[in-house]
Amino acid sequence: MTKITMTFKNSLKTALGGLHSNKSRSALTILGIVIGITAIMLVLSLGMGAQNLILSQVQGMGSKTIVAVPGRQPSGPSDFANVFLDSLKERDLRSLQSKANVPNAEDIMPIMFGTVKLYYQNETYQATVLGGGNEETNNVMGKIFDIYPEVGTFFTAADVQSKASVVVIGDKVREHLFGATIDPLGKKIRIKDKAFQVIGVLGKKGQVSFFNFDDMVLAPYTTVGQYLLGRKYFDRIIVSASSEDKIRQSVEDIRMTLRMNHNITDTTKDDFFVETQADLAARLKTITTALTLFLSAVAGISLFVGGVGIMNIMLVSVTERTREIGLRKALGATNRDILMQFLLESMLLTSLGGLVGITLGSSLSFVISFIIAKFALATWSFSFPYLGAALGLGVSVIIGLVFGLYPARKASQKAPIEALRYE
Amino acid sequence: MSLLQTNHLSKTYLDNGVATDALKDVSLSINAGEFVAIMGPSGSGKSTLLHILGFLDRESGGEYLFAGEKFSTLPDDELARIRNQKLGFVFQSFNLLPHFSVLENVMLPLMYSEVPESEWRKKAEKAIEQVLLTHRKDYPAIQLSGGEKQRVAIARALVTDPAVIFADEPTGNLDSKSGQAIMEILEKLNTAGRTIILITHETYTAEHAGRIIRLLDGQVESDTKVENRRKAKEGFVK
Repeated sequence: MTKITMTFKNSLKTALGGLHSNKSRSALTILGIVIGITAIMLVLSLGMGAQNLILSQVQGMGSKTIVAVPGRQPSGPSDFANVFLDSLKERDLRSLQSKANVPNAEDIMPIMFGTVKLYYQNETYQATVLGGGNEETNNVMGKIFDIYPEVGTFFTAADVQSKASVVVIGDKVREHLFGATIDPLGKKIRIKDKAFQVIGVLGKKGQVSFFNFDDMVLAPYTTVGQYLLGRKYFDRIIVSASSEDKIRQSVEDIRMTLRMNHNITDTTKDDFFVETQADLAARLKTITTALTLFLSAVAGISLFVGGVGIMNIMLVSVTERTREIGLRKALGATNRDILMQFLLESMLLTSLGGLVGITLGSSLSFVISFIIAKFALATWSFSFPYLGAALGLGVSVIIGLVFGLYPARKASQKAPIEALRYE
Repeated sequence: MSLLQTNHLSKTYLDNGVATDALKDVSLSINAGEFVAIMGPSGSGKSTLLHILGFLDRESGGEYLFAGEKFSTLPDDELARIRNQKLGFVFQSFNLLPHFSVLENVMLPLMYSEVPESEWRKKAEKAIEQVLLTHRKDYPAIQLSGGEKQRVAIARALVTDPAVIFADEPTGNLDSKSGQAIMEILEKLNTAGRTIILITHETYTAEHAGRIIRLLDGQVESDTKVENRRKAKEGFVK
């Protein structure tokens, strides 16, 4: 191996000098890299924001929560599991409530939901009605979703038993039906020709566990099933385990119980599936990660194009600086010195582009996060993708190396006299 | 003993499949401390000869001995090292790096040498002093006049303390006053013992040397001692 006579420090100085004497061109050259890295930073940062948001939603329901969902578990993105949507019924609820079947269940609540029109005097409003609660425990809905009325109370186990016509309304529902002046407590609203008494009002909640409670009316599931939706099957049965280490066992207990009820012996023929919050979180994380990766790959194309641009400009630069190369060789530069000089130049260019892209991308996503948080989702938070930044810088350096190699080799192979003769 | 010696040196270029003889059977010997002018019209092969003598190119036939040794078969990087340590070049078009300072331009050969970095500045400043440009050492090369640029180029050639300085038409792009200053410096270096090989097509310039080798069509036409050497101090007319 031949000795590199020039020290790294001086090569760096020389390369910097080369870039400095061509400032505006250098700036234009790195534009492709800047755009590519900016895009990747944006995607990663916003992707992380979305992921955090979704995870916080999932965790909002409590980590001990287990959900039984009717239908077959989707086996892939194209599998729309829309068969057996009516498989969870009152009988399943009773079985699950029995301590003999699921000994470690703390609270059990079925839910069912649908869209309904609400009337109060001349005001109408369309909202989602969510039926919940159970016949044994007061306030079980509040406990599971961690929501409590700001004024008034939740419905009780007795209300569920008697199919009482009582509702707890969300903040937006209150605003639309009652405005700022009327106290809704005790007032009667009409849903599907039936009068319901408002017994509680939720404060402003925003998004909790995929439900926007602001836009909801909560009622005993018995009432909702019989009078509002007219059906006897549930959309979910939510079970909370007594402790985190009982989750696995409880999931198994729930499966066994439901299979027994449905006479299922072949587990691949399940007409329901059971999901823990951890499962859900993991699945959502996979989805957002896949999405982030896909978008990053698209941004990667712009990086590739940027790299080709770098190569192009470096080739022009090598031709333009043929005399300089010849001179350096006449003065004693080896082929390797020249190769290093041009490689370093292109790597400096691209890493500069990378740094600008990282700064630009994270500032942009900070601004976007701020706007989202301010105007759309209050729980959205900005996160700086450290891994993405390190990756972006690494990728830019590698692009400089890969796309700079060919021009640099061309430069290093110029014969000194050819180079000096060049006008 | 001669410092540079060629025996039946020839150089053939292949240009689009057609062989052109740039040098044919050139035999000459130059001793250490000589000031030799190589003359000839364009196309006579003087630049080709300079390139081979300066290890910028290799001969096609014959041999070239530098200090009694044959180097031209060594790999490129070895030749680069010899150019760096033993030879200095001054070109017609100066070939400075325009955005670098005088000092940086003069230090350039040292960057490729084995001279420790701590000595670069001192050596470069000394070389700049020899061409009387100390007051300009921090100026970017682009701001200098033609004569000053060529003096920087000479300082750059001097900085590694080479055995031979090759000057290829060093006054070709200069007015007579600047040209005179350049010739004075070259004379002074030669008086101090440095071997100088000057390429020119002007008889007037060539007569500053102690010996003139004339080339024509790639061959040595004449090799004569200059009887009445011109002194740059007495005036330089183009």
